[in-house]
Order: sequence, then structure tokens, then C-alpha cells
Amino acid sequence: MIALTTPLTQESVLALKVGDEVSISGIVFTGRDAVHKYLHDGGELPKEVNLRDGIIYHCGPVVLKDENGQWKVTAAGPTTSIREEPYQGDIIKKFGVRAVIGKGGMGDRTLAACEESGCVYLHGVGGAAQVLAECVKRVRNVYFLEKFGSPEAIWELEVEGFPAVVTMDAHGNSLHREVFSASQAALADRL
Amino acid sequence: MTALQDSLIELIRRTSADIPDDVHQAILKSLENEKKGTIAESALKIIDRNIALAKNKSQPLCQDTGSILFYVDCPVGMDQMAFEETAKDAVRAATKKGFLRQNSVDSLTGENDGTNVGPGSPALHFHQHRSPEIKVRLVLKGGGCENVGAQYSLPNEKLKAGRDLDGCRKVILDAVLQAQGKGCGPGILGVCIGGDRATGYEYSKKQFLRTLGDRNPVGELDELEQDILKTANELGIGPMGFGGKTTLLGVKIGVANRLPASFFVSVSYMCWAFRRQGAVLNGSGGIEKWLY
Repeated sequence: MIALTTPLTQESVLALKVGDEVSISGIVFTGRDAVHKYLHDGGELPKEVNLRDGIIYHCGPVVLKDENGQWKVTAAGPTTSIREEPYQGDIIKKFGVRAVIGKGGMGDRTLAACEESGCVYLHGVGGAAQVLAECVKRVRNVYFLEKFGSPEAIWELEVEGFPAVVTMDAHGNSLHREVFSASQAALADRL
Repeated sequence: MTALQDSLIELIRRTSADIPDDVHQAILKSLENEKKGTIAESALKIIDRNIALAKNKSQPLCQDTGSILFYVDCPVGMDQMAFEETAKDAVRAATKKGFLRQNSVDSLTGENDGTNVGPGSPALHFHQHRSPEIKVRLVLKGGGCENVGAQYSLPNEKLKAGRDLDGCRKVILDAVLQAQGKGCGPGILGVCIGGDRATGYEYSKKQFLRTLGDRNPVGELDELEQDILKTANELGIGPMGFGGKTTLLGVKIGVANRLPASFFVSVSYMCWAFRRQGAVLNGSGGIEKWLY
């Protein structure tokens, strides 16, 4: 297990390779369909949200307010990333994102952007909302809550020991591409 | 609040937080089979820990608490409209308690009013039976796995799939290949051979009411279910698509009549976080016993 702490350095990101298990600590910003489309259409980030050397997490958490009025994340697994494929590469390059956490993997454009700008794709365990919510130690802030609704808002989360697997690295390798080709060949033998 | 509303809130809580035992057992078996020290094994261990945590904390197994699908077997004369109103109130209350995420969006405006109640949500399927009891089953189906569902129209030239069981096999396995890990595998397939475009998908989802260990009473469908399960698990897609031995936990196939001109095969994919529960209700709406 490789420990990663935000802000991520270029060096630590370039050292990662497909299949590495990582444990993430620091700040992550959630962002999914509405945020990606908005940023891609030229929308601006709130000034408090700095993605440079940072992490975008494809996640729409369940967040409740406790009796003291504090936000509390009660479920927070990754959502399917491929929907952001039209936008992700440009956003990685424009904002200097160093890692994207999600599930299901992404396509060639994102893979190329990862290689070009030194970024990795980290695969969380889809559906593991409780294990991953336990890794969220604090909600630091929320942006666009009114505009996009709770699952689509940008939540600024402080995480500790968040487990993930590198499935697309900064050197043009993708576990998703490998598994697809191998499984396609295995299926062809069985038809 | 009525006893019925209490029962439905409890049904939603259980469905969201507590994985059915048949699914949990299948996950434990796949964890045992997976090669030690692989990322596939790591993923299954996290899944198993997640199942325990969700149950102990009464919190959603997965943050995508899904489409809310009620299947109600009711006696002749039951007021279905009143039941539907109570079910909607139960959904609103369960959302406030965090058993369900604010998960329902107006498709025109993009607005999410935070209640999970709106056109088409929740979905209720009523079926009358000649028995005094009410049986209510609930399936919560997340969007990630819903998005990898697929409907094929046979013949399919590209897949060399004709209008026979071998053609059905080819398209079902194609759906597994295309889904890879995107639907949060290891998954469970619900399939309908036949029907029209709407009923095909509807019947495919009804297959999720069956338990994983049951066997199809129709010989050729049973054979096809076992064959798809075995073949899919030889493809090496594995949990989350990380590579590995378990790609599917189960396959359930039903049939519906079709028109001579149509031959649809509809495949619904359910994620490992298979949320399905049900209860028999007594005359006053209280829970008499659990169905799974």
C-alpha cells in the first residue's frame, strides 16, 4: 500500500503504476456530471476550490446535518467515471489535477491527458459507501449546493487512509484496456 | 403515522442497509475463491467490510440508493391508491432519515427537490392475488449498474446471434463483456427473452426477486443460466473489472411471449450491492415476517 498525501507532487504521481494499491490522505473535492459539464462549458470554480496538484473525486455522497449543524458524510462511494470522458482530459490539463478517483475507468482521451500532464486515475471500490465514508474525517466546505443539488455539489472532504487502486497511470497504461482485450479474446474462444 | 407507513420505512431501511443473506453468502464464496494477494481479493475484502458496517450503522450499503421499485402482491379490493400515497410518504420520511439519498431529479429542469418523490418515483407494480395477505417487495437499483443494462434485437449480425438459444447466449455474454466492471461487479444478471421493449426490461428486473440459489424450473433456461454464469466467470473480468475469477454471482432468466416480428433479449445488470428485501404484512399493515 502506497501512502499518498495532498497536495500531490508530480514525482509521487509519476512513480505510480497500474495495479498499485494506494491509501489517500488529505483533501479531495467531489465533482460529477453537473460540475464537469459546467467547468467544461467555461464555468469558473469558486475561488476557495484549488484543484492544482489536487484530487477530484467522482462521488455523490449522502450528507446529513447533525444536531450541531455540522455536515456529516454517511455514505460516499465512487460513481461511474466514464460519463465524464468528454470533459475530463481538458479539466485535468486546465486545472492541473493530479489524480481522479472514480470507478469503472475512463477512456483514451483521459488516458492521454494523464500522460501529458502527470495525472493518474485511482479506482475506488464501487458500492463500498460505508468503508469509504469512514475515511472521510470532516466536511470542510460545500460549493454549488443550491445550484446542483446535494449529490452533484462540490464537497470539500478531508480524508484519511482512503483505499484505491491505480488503474490508469501517467505512462499510458490502463488496466481497463488490458482486461477488456483479454476478456474479449477469452469470450471469442467460448462462442 | 400509520402502521403501514412504519412498515414501509422499515422495509426501506433494511433494503438499503442490510444485504440479503443469499447475496452475502455468494460474495463470501467468491472471496474464498479469489487468488490471495490480488487487487481483486482486496476489493472483495472491502466489500465484505462494507456489508458489515452498513448493517451495524443502519446506513446505505451504497450511496446511490437507486431507483425505488416496489412489487406488491395484494388481495382483491385493496385500495391501491391509498397504498401508493403511503409508500410515497414512507419514501419522503426514509429520505429525511438518510436511508435514501436525495436521488430523484426533474429530467427537464435538472432540479432535485430532495424528496425522491416525483413522476415515476417511486415505481409501484401491483399484482392481485386470491389471498388476504399483502406481500411487498422492494428493490433499490443503482444508476451505475442500470447504465450497463442492454437490450438486443435478434438477429444481430455483428454478434452472429440468431433467433435461438445460442443467439441469446451470445448477446447475454456480450452484455457481460461490455459491462466489464462498470456496473460494480461481481454482478447478477436478470434477463428476459421475448416481450416488447418495455415489458422485456420490466420482466428482466423481476428476475431479481428470485434468490441466487434457486434453480430455474424450465430445463433449457436452467442450463442457459448455469452456462452463462460459468462462462462469464472464465473471462477474467473479475470484481470491479480488476481482473479475477468472479465476474458474476448469479444469472436469472425468464421468458415472455413475443410478436413474430420481434425477438428482444433484455439484460438488466445488478451490482454486488444487491438491495432486495420484502415482507408479508398483517391486516393492520404491520410486518408479519420477512421474505428474504
